[in-house]
Amino acid sequence: MLTILFDGIAYGMLLFVLAVGLAVTLGLMNFINLAHGAFAMAGGYVTVLLMQRAGVPFMACLPIAFAFSALLGAVLERTLYRPLYHRPHLDQVLFSIGLVFMAIAGVDYFIGSTQLIVQLPGWLKGRTEIGSGEWRLGMGHYRLFIIAVCGALTVALQYALSHTRFGSRLRASVDDQRVAAGLGINVNVVFLSTFAFGSGLAGLGGALGSEVLGLDPSFPLKYMIYFLIVVAVGGTSSITGPLLAALLLGIADVTGKYYIPKLGAFIVYSVMIVILVWRPQGLFVRQHGKA
Amino acid sequence: MNAERPTDAARPALLRANRWKPWEFALWLAAFAAPLADPSHAALISEIAIVALFAMSLDLVLGYAGIVSLGHAAFFGFGGYCAALFAKHVMPDPLVGLAVGMAAATVLGALCSVTILRGSDLTRLMVTLGVSLIMLELANKLDWLTGGADGLQGITIGPLLGRFEFDLGGRTAVYYSLVVLLVFAILARRLVHSPFGATLMAIRDNRLRAMAIGVPVASRLVAVYTIAAAMAGAAGALLVQTTSFASLDLFEFQRSADVLLILVVGGVGWLYGGVIGAVVFKLMQDTLSAITAQYWTFWLGLFLVLLVLVGRDRLIRPWTWLRRRGRV
Repeated sequence: MLTILFDGIAYGMLLFVLAVGLAVTLGLMNFINLAHGAFAMAGGYVTVLLMQRAGVPFMACLPIAFAFSALLGAVLERTLYRPLYHRPHLDQVLFSIGLVFMAIAGVDYFIGSTQLIVQLPGWLKGRTEIGSGEWRLGMGHYRLFIIAVCGALTVALQYALSHTRFGSRLRASVDDQRVAAGLGINVNVVFLSTFAFGSGLAGLGGALGSEVLGLDPSFPLKYMIYFLIVVAVGGTSSITGPLLAALLLGIADVTGKYYIPKLGAFIVYSVMIVILVWRPQGLFVRQHGKA
Repeated sequence: MNAERPTDAARPALLRANRWKPWEFALWLAAFAAPLADPSHAALISEIAIVALFAMSLDLVLGYAGIVSLGHAAFFGFGGYCAALFAKHVMPDPLVGLAVGMAAATVLGALCSVTILRGSDLTRLMVTLGVSLIMLELANKLDWLTGGADGLQGITIGPLLGRFEFDLGGRTAVYYSLVVLLVFAILARRLVHSPFGATLMAIRDNRLRAMAIGVPVASRLVAVYTIAAAMAGAAGALLVQTTSFASLDLFEFQRSADVLLILVVGGVGWLYGGVIGAVVFKLMQDTLSAITAQYWTFWLGLFLVLLVLVGRDRLIRPWTWLRRRGRV
């Protein structure tokens, strides 16, 4: 019981780190980026390949995965994404689906379609159990690690958004691009760095999650809907919204798969549709936010 | 009141715009002559006709009503599976099966249409995608009924009209598909040129203004979504009947994405867009997958990216490439 809850929280935290970049892209640039999962996949593959072929330790791979995905995001933002910000959503959807297809086929071609497995270092492999009977709580060390890392990231993100100069610039740009630009904020640079940072986080999430979620070329498509659920249900105006949505989704998904495996994903999708029909702007949205 | 009303003067001009053009007759003649000219590719032509019908149904939703959908395969697959199950368990007549598939998809479309009325593009994307994923999941998990991941086998389709057997060469299949496509094209053509179609375009262009001049937005969207679902269901039923096989890939995300691409290649908001797009897409798929079977999605993706970067209006009009782009 508690174990399932714990696993759900770990899963939710992971989803949050993966999807928070997407929330910012969508809220900031109003860009529907279905290719977000491709950045996560890039991070995951960098980690696995570095560990298997170059013998880099796991902990060193995480920052590398972050940096690689961030760089990739920055380059793509500057070259491909920027001309599309003011295009209709249909164009953006087509474009990002195209990117996803290319990423999938590209990885398939260069690395192969088999699922790759991350070799965790020994100190992350164990499992601790507390309590007994109905209330027994089994914590995998790796999941504990995920929760710690993601929790720290969340706190850092929240702090950066609300207390730093960059955070206030970002919030200003989200609220009203034109006024922000008029106040002398270089919105393009804000966009670029945010996009890169969001992609980097996705890469980090991919690296962390490759053990839990599994890593194969179809990763971007398989989890695209999950990222989108987090963003659509959580709303794009704060980071607490996506965080709560991700936790909810994680717990619901793990519980559903554990208790009623026949209907697993079915429940998640149905709940999503009901929520979106009921509150199209997301569950946790300020009442008087921008439209 | 003997003064001539202004609408009387405008009527001939408006009607002329909707008349059948000579090239349309030529296109249909060519379509029906194609299987005779090249009998070995009858199966491919039949598949093109089915995909064209599917794309046309998406065009009603996307091109005319402006609803971005990533889950149109839900109706395609549902129609297909229902037709397959009907043929297997009730009776093998293809036309009745087609009607059953359509009816089932219509009901599903009417149910789902309430979900696309509210929210932004993103919400609609998610909801339509969610519906198709649910259908996929259902077809996968209800394996006692649908055969699960193995697909539904052992479907026998009776002769068409009691006379024409579905043979291996695919002659019956290709004409069956083409005739159904023609019937639906005529109906859809009539629909979009009617006042109903005009109100749809008004909703697409500016929903608020359409509402202000008294267009019942919600009921129009429900109606068009249901009609499009019925057409998609017919396309799915056709595919199942002509191939005698139903599998999970009827519901796959890839199918929804493909049909979106087909429509965009041919041109959105134009009924023949789906037909042209289907021809281009299927021929491209056929050649590319003959060269690189496994990685053809890469070229598909590259094509999509280029299409959007160049501008989808400009790619199909090469004479605008040299002109400088005006206001975006």
